Amino acid sequence: MSELNATNRADSTDEPITPTGITGASILLDGVTKRFPGQTRPAVDGLTMEIPAGKIVMFVGPSGCGKTTTLKMINRLIEPTEGRIVVDGDDVTDMNGDTLRRGIGYVIQAGGLFPHMTVATNIGIVPKMLGWDKARIAARVDELLELVSLDPALYRDRYPKELSGGQQQRVGVARALAADPPVLLMDEPFGAVDPITRLRLQDELLNIQEELQKTIVCVTHDFDEAVKLGDWIAIFNEGAQLEQYDTPERILGHPANEFVENFIGSGAGLKQLTLTRVADVGLSDAIVGVAGERAADVLARVTEAGHGHAVVVDARHRPVQWLSRRQLGRLDVISDGADPKLPVVGIHATLNDALDTMLVSSAGAALVTGRRDTFKGVIDVKTVMDAITRSQGAAVLESDQAPVGLNTGVFQAQASAEADPSDTAGHGADAQAVR
Amino acid sequence: MWDFLGDQYEQILFSSWQHFSLVVQCLVLATVIAVLLAALVYRNSALTSIANSVSAIGLTIPSFAFIGLLIAPLGFGVLPAVIVVAFFATLPILRNAVVGLSGISPSIVESARGIGMSRFRTLLQVELPMAWPIILTGVRVSAQMVMGVAAVAAYSLGPGLGGFIFSGLSRLGGANSLESVLTGVIGVVVLAVILDLLLVGLGRLTTPRGIRV
Repeated sequence: MSELNATNRADSTDEPITPTGITGASILLDGVTKRFPGQTRPAVDGLTMEIPAGKIVMFVGPSGCGKTTTLKMINRLIEPTEGRIVVDGDDVTDMNGDTLRRGIGYVIQAGGLFPHMTVATNIGIVPKMLGWDKARIAARVDELLELVSLDPALYRDRYPKELSGGQQQRVGVARALAADPPVLLMDEPFGAVDPITRLRLQDELLNIQEELQKTIVCVTHDFDEAVKLGDWIAIFNEGAQLEQYDTPERILGHPANEFVENFIGSGAGLKQLTLTRVADVGLSDAIVGVAGERAADVLARVTEAGHGHAVVVDARHRPVQWLSRRQLGRLDVISDGADPKLPVVGIHATLNDALDTMLVSSAGAALVTGRRDTFKGVIDVKTVMDAITRSQGAAVLESDQAPVGLNTGVFQAQASAEADPSDTAGHGADAQAVR
Repeated sequence: MWDFLGDQYEQILFSSWQHFSLVVQCLVLATVIAVLLAALVYRNSALTSIANSVSAIGLTIPSFAFIGLLIAPLGFGVLPAVIVVAFFATLPILRNAVVGLSGISPSIVESARGIGMSRFRTLLQVELPMAWPIILTGVRVSAQMVMGVAAVAAYSLGPGLGGFIFSGLSRLGGANSLESVLTGVIGVVVLAVILDLLLVGLGRLTTPRGIRV
C-alpha cells in the first residue's frame, strides 16, 4: 500500500465526524432524481449517497450513465427533480444557486478559463464576487499560484492562451480554490492533457489534497485515475445506478457484480498492484556469492538453503548475475561478468512494475535494489500474490466504514447498504410512491 | 471645383460634421439595440434564426424607398433620417452579435455558472467581452454601409452631406452641380475612411490581449 493511501486509511477511522485538519465538508445526496424533459428514463434515479468530508470520491462509469449529472446536481448547475442535497449539514436544495456555487469550487476540462482575462483576474473572480478588497485578492492569487507550482511573478499577468494545457489546468484548480471552498467538484479535469502531464497533475492534486484536505468529488472515465486518486470510488451504471461504492482496494479485490468486473476490465489484480510498493511487502533472502569464489562452494550453500538460485554481487554489493543451480554446477569459478538482462527493480517501484520485470525473467522473480543500487533481496510472484490477498483481507475489515450509497428500490448486496437500512428504506418508499 | 470648395467650405465642413455625427450617434444607438436584441435571442435557436432572417431580409430593403415611406407618417426632418440610418446600422451588428454570443464555447459559460456567476453577470463579464471583437466587426461593416444610407437620408431634409448630392443631381448641368455632387460623394468616402480608422483604434483599445487574433 502506498504511503498516501496508508495515511488516508488511518484517517478514515475518524469518519464521518469532521476531525481537525480536514477543511472539507460532507455532502449528502438524499433520494436525488433528475428527469430531463423529453426523456422517458430518468438520468439519475433516486440516488442516495454520502460523501465523507475531506476525502476524494471518484465517480466513474460508462458515458451517459449520469455521473456528470450527479456531480452537477451537487452545486445545482443541474437542478434535481426530486430529493435533497445537504452540504455540511445544511440543506442547500432551495438556497440561491449562485450563492451556493460561490462556496463550491468547480473545475472542468482544460480549466474553463476565461480567455479575455489574465490569470490573476481569472483566479480572483470568485473572491471579487464575494467582495474581498484588492490587496487581499492579490495576496490570495499569489498564494494559490504558489500552491499549484506556478511562479506568480511569471504567470500572474499572462492570458490563458499563453499557457500550456497543464498550466491552464493548474490555474483552473487555483481558481476553484480561490475562496477556500470546503468542496471541490471536478468534471474530467485531466481529460485534455497529455498522459505525462496528467500523471504530474494527479500527483500534484494528491499533494494539494494532503495539505488542504478538501472534500473532492471528481468525475472521470479513466478507471486507473480513479484508483490512483480516489479514497472512495463510486461506479455508476445507466440512470446513475450505483453498482459499487467502496475503496479502490475493495473494488479491485471484491467487485460487487459482473458490471463492476467488466468495468474494471481485465487485470484487476494488476491494477491493485499500483496501490502497493515493493518496499511494503516482505522480500525473500537469497544466497549471495561474489566473483572469484569457487562455484562449488556457492552451490553447496544454495543446496543447503534449499534455494534454486544464487545472486552474484560486485564489490559495491550491486547484483550482477543471477545463477541457477545448473549453471553453478557447470562453472568452476564464478566470473565477474555482468548480465545485462538481469531482472532488477527499485525498492520504491510499484508491485505492478515489479511484476512486469518478473515476467520477463525466467526465474519468476526479480532482484530488488535499494539506495545506490545495492542488493536488498528477492521479490517473487508468490510474494506479490500474498500482498494482493492481504490487501483484500484488509479491505474486507474496513468495509464497516464505507459511506452510504444506494439507489432507492435497489438493495444489492452492498455492505454500505446494510450500514443504515432504516433511514434509506424510508426514502425508497417515498420515491417509489412518487413514481 | 476648387472655387466651389473655397466658397462653400464652411458649409461643407458643417455638413460633414453633421453627417459624421448622425452616423456615429446612430451607430451607438444601433449597437445598443442590436446587442440587447442579440442578448434576448441568442440562447434560443428559433429566435436566433428569426433574428438572422430579419437581418438578412432587412438589408434588401432599398433605403431610398424606406425613407420615402417614413416621410408620410413622420414628415420631413431629422427623425426619419435617424430611424433609417439606425435601422440599417442595426442589422449587421445584430447578426454579428448573435453569431458572436452563440459562438462562445458552452464550457466557458458552464464554468462561469459553475463558479457562481449569475446569468446576467455571465453575459456582462464573460459572454459580451468575448463576443466584442465580432460585434465590433459588425459595427465596422455597419459604419461603412450607413455612411451611404445617411447620404440618402438627406432626402428627408435630414442633416449631412447628402444635401450636396441631391441639390447637385436635381440641377444637373447647371452651374457647380457636378462639383456639388462630387463634394458630397467624396466627402462621404473620406468620412467613411476616417470612421473606420477610428473604429479600428477602438477595437485595439477595447480588445484584451487574451482574445486578440
